[in-house]
Amino acid sequence: MASLFARIADDTPRRVWILLVALLAAFIVAPWLINDYLVTVLIVILYLAYTGQAWNIMMGFAGQLSLGHAIYAGLGGYIAAVLFTRYGIGPWIGLLAAMPVAAFCGAIIGFLAFRFGVAGVYFAILTIAFAEFTRIGFDHLDFVHASSGLFLPVKQLSHNDLWLLRGSPRMFYYVILAATVVAFVLCRVLLNSRMGYFWLAIREDERAASAAGVPTFRYKMYAVMISAAVTSFAGVFYAFFYNNLFPEQVFNISRSIEMILGPIIGGIGTLFGPIIGAFVLTGLAETLNAAMAALGIDLPGAKQVLYGVCLLVVIVALPEGILPWLSRRLGLDESAS
Amino acid sequence: MTALLKVERVSKRFRGLVAVDQVSFEVPEGSLFAVIGPNGAGKTTLFNMIAGAMAPNDGTINFAGEPIQGLPSDAVCRRGVARTFQIVRPFPALTVEDNVIVGALLRHREVGVARERTHALLQRLDLFDKRRRVASTLTLPDRKRLEVARALATEPRLLLLDEVMAGLRPTETDRMVATLRGINRETGLTILLIEHVMRAVMALAGRVLVLDHGVVIAEGAPETVVRDPAVVQSYLGTETV
Amino acid sequence: MPFDVYLNVAVAGILTGLVYGLMALGLSVIFGVVRVVNFAHGEMMSIAMYLAVVLFSTLHLDPLIMLIPIAAVMFVLGYALQAGLINPFINRPEHTQFLLVVALAIIIVNVLLIIFGPDAHTVQTSYAYDSFQIGPVIIDASKLYAAAAAVVVALLLFGFFRFTLLGKAVRACADNYTGALVVGLNVHRLYALTFGIGAACVGAAGVMMTLIVDVTPMIGPVYTLLAFVIVITGGLGSMAGALVGGLLIGLTEALAGLLFTPSAKSMFAFGILVLVLLFRPQGILGRRVA
Repeated sequence: MASLFARIADDTPRRVWILLVALLAAFIVAPWLINDYLVTVLIVILYLAYTGQAWNIMMGFAGQLSLGHAIYAGLGGYIAAVLFTRYGIGPWIGLLAAMPVAAFCGAIIGFLAFRFGVAGVYFAILTIAFAEFTRIGFDHLDFVHASSGLFLPVKQLSHNDLWLLRGSPRMFYYVILAATVVAFVLCRVLLNSRMGYFWLAIREDERAASAAGVPTFRYKMYAVMISAAVTSFAGVFYAFFYNNLFPEQVFNISRSIEMILGPIIGGIGTLFGPIIGAFVLTGLAETLNAAMAALGIDLPGAKQVLYGVCLLVVIVALPEGILPWLSRRLGLDESAS
Repeated sequence: MTALLKVERVSKRFRGLVAVDQVSFEVPEGSLFAVIGPNGAGKTTLFNMIAGAMAPNDGTINFAGEPIQGLPSDAVCRRGVARTFQIVRPFPALTVEDNVIVGALLRHREVGVARERTHALLQRLDLFDKRRRVASTLTLPDRKRLEVARALATEPRLLLLDEVMAGLRPTETDRMVATLRGINRETGLTILLIEHVMRAVMALAGRVLVLDHGVVIAEGAPETVVRDPAVVQSYLGTETV
Repeated sequence: MPFDVYLNVAVAGILTGLVYGLMALGLSVIFGVVRVVNFAHGEMMSIAMYLAVVLFSTLHLDPLIMLIPIAAVMFVLGYALQAGLINPFINRPEHTQFLLVVALAIIIVNVLLIIFGPDAHTVQTSYAYDSFQIGPVIIDASKLYAAAAAVVVALLLFGFFRFTLLGKAVRACADNYTGALVVGLNVHRLYALTFGIGAACVGAAGVMMTLIVDVTPMIGPVYTLLAFVIVITGGLGSMAGALVGGLLIGLTEALAGLLFTPSAKSMFAFGILVLVLLFRPQGILGRRVA
């Protein structure tokens, strides 16, 4: 345990630690200080931060651009939901089924791509194709009620049931907060490990990495599978929080794009990029919603336009994302490469 | 001395162009072996086949008694063959230290141990003070030394250097030569190098192979080879060294 | 099912496939020369489609008449896009350019959604329900006209690249960027020209598509993916390949819709994409790019 802590704490400046602890404390007390609506906003932020972190493992660390990540969340959600609605199996057990399935799905995509040399943008297109294929497939799958949607029974309980994930927004908030913290720690540990070094080498220059003895195929597969498994939890959370699943929503390319916006805006490959990106994005979206409500106009699609513009601005002006630019300005050195 | 590397009648064709034609030679363990020849002679193609970046069409390549032709490059590296690239390829966004740690992690699973070995290597190659600098900010000579350090970190028995002196000034060339000689002397590392810089070849190599148009035209001690009429005509000209 | 039905569906599929082919041709030209993976291709097409819809509903002008003006507008848009936004990023990593175009796609789809709403718009021409009969085959007039227009535009395009000086200059850029610079070609301007041409192509295809399908903002992404399937199947960088791919996809899509459920027909397109990427990544008519 001590060595684990050492690996996390290793070479991070004191200032950053204090900042992190303060941030965590703020997150923990937040629900007691704000209303329920803002709690759900924070849940969305943390959800985006979590999935962004999971995607980051594949892209930021190992350099593989996936634009179909919704497939893993969708599979996770459906598996846990089906196990719950049909067999009464709780979500935490459902997660134990969802993660291997998602990892396996990632393994298939990864194997097909890496064995046949499908890389870069073509790999991205392949991931999109798989996600779309799954979306249409589930739309016709009666076992999960196809396009009519799968609904989870909602009962009004007087208490929170953590085991079955039934309860107040506040309970869900702490669950996603814990998950995001775990994801952060996981990424830190991975980055400082042998696997992390190999991933970075592959990202930087796959041929040179191979010449230095890195088993590139194997480690790219690990990146895809781990990323997929971590993402699947988000799907389980989604299913039990919103209590409904539609293939059209869950596997939609918009979900995949939302997942990548956080890390890209915040900083690909950095540890805090996804969280910062999620904050900026959701903050802007909520501001937009509030502005529209105040002006009495309702424009469906305005939020997406905002997302598109954010992505455009970041790529044009701050291609590495907000975090690297910010840390240079503030003199904080992010220990992640 | 036993032959560490045995290349037997190796050929490579690219759609009608024969890049390497039935090349055979042996590299004794612990030796410093140079491959020279005009541009387009097939030297880098030969290297790529030994290092596993491509498979030969014909022939065998034996390393330490085992066939390695056709193996992928990471497998070849694990067997004990490390290489550098003609156009330097460090990991640009990683620090000097992290670059070499990647190599060291091949033989040492613990990052801490890999870091210690890396530091020793960086000291040796005079890069220790720059260990926290990002690789893309280094000068060319430093980047070349970094690539050598990373290759050495994999603890190879055979080191393939592809025009490692290219672009270096004479003082830097001498420095690199001295470093390589030192490593060869102390650890018995076998070095196979492609070189155009004859100053380095004469100072370093114990044995030279000359390729022209994919074919071996001479092999032997450096002094003999540079006087060989065929070599003089096809490559060196009469004013070299 | 009687053979007649298959035949009819196949013919309809081929005709639609020709329009698909023109759409994919635009993408192929853009990728073949500028090497940008234009993920906003379908979205650009939907701009042209909405232009046709608006002009039809306000001025009652037949889309086929509006073909040239709309294609011209799209040309200007494409030119401006390349010159203003993409040219400055030519030397950035591949995925940066890609994400740039993805951002544009998102913006276009949702701006169209805001302006026109999610409901379908249609263009009901006077000949919308006409058909010709040849033997057992009944051919929709709209589909026939659309396909014919597509063939004409494609031939014009081939002619441009083969026989005009400008076309040859563009092909030079595609073959060798540095070489083209060395002989004094203004590569950035030629890139913008090419993107404009590609946009005009997809614009023309879009106008023709209004005769065949209903227009919603969400079809943009669908056609983008379809265009990629076609181009990759037919062969990257091969113009004839784009047409062949279009025909193939149009045909398989139509037959798949008949044999299985119509809404699942895209699944086959994706299945084909995966197979092609894995087993013949250069496509049917493409050349292997190193």
